[in-house]
Amino acid sequence: MPLLQIRELTHWFGGLRAVYDFNLELEEGELVGLIGPNGAGKTTIFNLVTGAYRPTEGTVQLNGNDLVGLRPHRITAKGIARTFQTIRLWNDLTVMDNICIAHASRIQYSLVDSILRVRRYREEERQIKQQAIELLAVFDLADQVQELAKNLPYGAQRRVEIARALATEPRVLLLDEPAAGMNPGEIEELMELIQQIRKEFGLTIWIIEHQMRVIMNICERIKVIDFGKTIAEGTPMEIQNNPRVIEAYLGEEVF
Amino acid sequence: MRKFYLPLAVLLIFVVVIGGSWLRIFNEYWQLVLLFMGINIILTVSLNLINGYMGEFSVGHAGFMAVGAYVTGILTVWLFAEDKVFGPPVLPTAWAIPLFPVALLIGAIAASLVGLLIAIPSFRTRGDYLAIVTLAVNYIVKSAIENMEVIGGPRGFVGMKRVMNNMADVLDVPWLLIWTFIGIIVTILIIRNFVSTTFGKGVEAIREDEIAAELMSVNTRRVKITAFMLSCGLAGLAGGLFAHWPGGYVNPGTFTILKSTEVMVMVYLGGMGSISGSIISAIGFTLLLEVLRPLGVFKWVVIPLLLVVMMLLRPTGILGNRELTDVIPRLRAVFGSEEESYALATD
Repeated sequence: MPLLQIRELTHWFGGLRAVYDFNLELEEGELVGLIGPNGAGKTTIFNLVTGAYRPTEGTVQLNGNDLVGLRPHRITAKGIARTFQTIRLWNDLTVMDNICIAHASRIQYSLVDSILRVRRYREEERQIKQQAIELLAVFDLADQVQELAKNLPYGAQRRVEIARALATEPRVLLLDEPAAGMNPGEIEELMELIQQIRKEFGLTIWIIEHQMRVIMNICERIKVIDFGKTIAEGTPMEIQNNPRVIEAYLGEEVF
Repeated sequence: MRKFYLPLAVLLIFVVVIGGSWLRIFNEYWQLVLLFMGINIILTVSLNLINGYMGEFSVGHAGFMAVGAYVTGILTVWLFAEDKVFGPPVLPTAWAIPLFPVALLIGAIAASLVGLLIAIPSFRTRGDYLAIVTLAVNYIVKSAIENMEVIGGPRGFVGMKRVMNNMADVLDVPWLLIWTFIGIIVTILIIRNFVSTTFGKGVEAIREDEIAAELMSVNTRRVKITAFMLSCGLAGLAGGLFAHWPGGYVNPGTFTILKSTEVMVMVYLGGMGSISGSIISAIGFTLLLEVLRPLGVFKWVVIPLLLVVMMLLRPTGILGNRELTDVIPRLRAVFGSEEESYALATD
């Protein structure tokens, strides 16, 4: 059984069909890319899968459990985490808090425990902090733990966002254009980072990206959509030579 | 050793305030000012959770205060005092001393339940919705009280003075100031402890980016409702204390939108998301009201003007979103908690 199974996903914004009959099966441990021209509906698909929008039709299943209709925090708790196309950190909070808050779904102590500061509460908070520090070390952010998120350089903010997604302990990680706005050197580091966390955390990764270098280098399988419809699917090699993909990206040949 | 400094400082203030009032070093006027100061601290710190930490906009804090004031007031008068409406006291009057905090608690719970009633529909969407709903609730509570003849209607509810006198007959200490002082400590502890937990920090994540918070596994609806109920409950506590002030009466005219605005002003003056800022501004604002009392109605010309000047010079309020210990690091060295020193050690 695939880890994430999306069937016949369709979404309408009023009279606009943003996604039409989208199907995908993600096997455990895969790294799959989703590409398409601007406005093709890529981010909409992520929003549908994570529960930000409720799909008009179709099903999304994680490990056989239905996700459609659940509120986003429940879906995240079940094991799907994401990053955002434009960075959405909690800017006025420290890097540490940004990571710790993402543990929210696993908090065991009650409100009364936390206000009375009982041992159970202290123990749990200590563990959360410890895990956050370990996670930040993986992302080379150990020195910026107490820094406000907004004060970090762009590349570091991207890393914090990925770290925050991992703090929710996901099985599937959705990356929405992680390389946007990065220079070639940073892109190189990002690709290494993705490979590294994939191994270290045993993740299944699904990535949207415009930088073909990233997609072609790290993905095993690519899906191409245009106007909400799937137009091609295959290995990086197959996609590069697919005439429909070239047409979608470069426009119809006039000659 | 140094973890005892803060409790010691609090104890010292307690001894000065309560001892001074007991020995009549502070006359009745100053005791009243101290009482209002305390009630304003509770109101300001509790509203700061919603308007400061969470970044929502609640404008009806006086409505929840009214619920607490009437519930607690009616309860103590019914239980511990001879009254025209309720007849002879239900319980021996001396029981008022141990059961007074229970009455306060019940008033607070009533206020927080009213808060829950409002939170459920208004937190489905974000934005100005809560402002409109809380504004409406402030008016609804006031009108409802005005139309209940049993509890005095627009003339107000009396009888709390007899409760306080009964308590003083048994043991003559400034009971109300003592409970107000304890109320302040409880309020500060609840709010401070709440916003420093991982669960409670969810309110700040909601302020910063609610959609990201929900997608990063924060149950935003639950966090918002919890915070709102805490805030409303503490406003109810402030109301319950206020109902027993030496004037001996409460009337719906006290709990108008003007009172709510006053609390909001204190929150913004002190700094959104700063507990120590709220305390400083509640103390300062209460004193300012007293200093300007000779001006009569013109007080309400001078105070808004001062506010405008303040906002021009320091738009973030006295402390912004920092605490006193962040502004004066030496204080942290003396009073800082273990956790803070842990945070410093990991820097």
